[in-house]
Amino acid sequence: MQDLLMDYLPIVIFIGVALVIGLALLIAPFLVAYQQPDPEKLSAYECGFAAFDDARMKFDVRFYLVAILFIIFDLEVAFLFPWAVAFKEVGWFGFWSMMIFLGVLTIGFIYEWRKGALEWD
Amino acid sequence: MILAGAFFYLFAGLAVAAAFMVITARNPVHAVLFLILAFFNAAGLFVLMGAEFLAMILVIVYVGAVAVLFLFVVMMLDIDFVELKQGFLQYLPFGALVGAILLIELILVLGSWVISPDIAQHAGAPLAADGVTNTQALGQILYTKYVYFFEAAGMILLVAMIGAIVLTLHHKPAAKRQNIAAQVGRDPKTAIEIRHVEPGQGI
Repeated sequence: MQDLLMDYLPIVIFIGVALVIGLALLIAPFLVAYQQPDPEKLSAYECGFAAFDDARMKFDVRFYLVAILFIIFDLEVAFLFPWAVAFKEVGWFGFWSMMIFLGVLTIGFIYEWRKGALEWD
Repeated sequence: MILAGAFFYLFAGLAVAAAFMVITARNPVHAVLFLILAFFNAAGLFVLMGAEFLAMILVIVYVGAVAVLFLFVVMMLDIDFVELKQGFLQYLPFGALVGAILLIELILVLGSWVISPDIAQHAGAPLAADGVTNTQALGQILYTKYVYFFEAAGMILLVAMIGAIVLTLHHKPAAKRQNIAAQVGRDPKTAIEIRHVEPGQGI
């Protein structure tokens, strides 16, 4: 248990260093930089002309579809990892249970392909 | 072990604080970012328990899924911050009523709770026998002992996939798509026509 946590020590150090550098770069401008804002400087800059409207607008639902399909296949791959690690122990039963799982998702994949969900018109 | 305890309190405290910010942040996008922070801290707690695989999956799937949620929020809600603040006072009495009922229920439930004195003996150990990693221990039971749940997970993913396609896929009827088979299947006979044009005459 203790060894396991020690394995994560480099990650903790890495996050600490990243935090220090990030915060330093974030705070240093407030301390050292010359600041004299006016409304024109603080306004949004959009290639020289005034901004048309708010940046938060509704956008196409198909981005959502792509993201959902990505998540599903992401999960499918996540299930493959323990299976691959314990491949020798699970035997043929485990092998075929994974094949059925993959088959079920392949049905969905064929459906999605045939429906044209992967196309962008 | 003291260091592990310190990290537990760090992760747990940040998770609770981030969860609190999720429900109090006025801006939904900020709420989602705090939710991501809460998930990262939960992943840290999983690592402290020795459940490495779950921690990594939490980061990959939940943070990825929350990015989708974020997208969904921006897409479905036409966020108008002025309007959001207006309804607040209007719904305050009703919200306070629901909150008060929940608080009373929680007090009633927690008041009758006693922590068993021999809890320390029953504390779960996610790490299996020595030499078996967390991922391997999961793999040994997930595909054999819990095969029905595993296949049910596959079915749920299939339903999610088909549901998302049925709900959101609308092709424009006039859209022109590339048909690669038709493009590749062209040959000189169908694609071009050679005509001999006499000088001084048109076709």
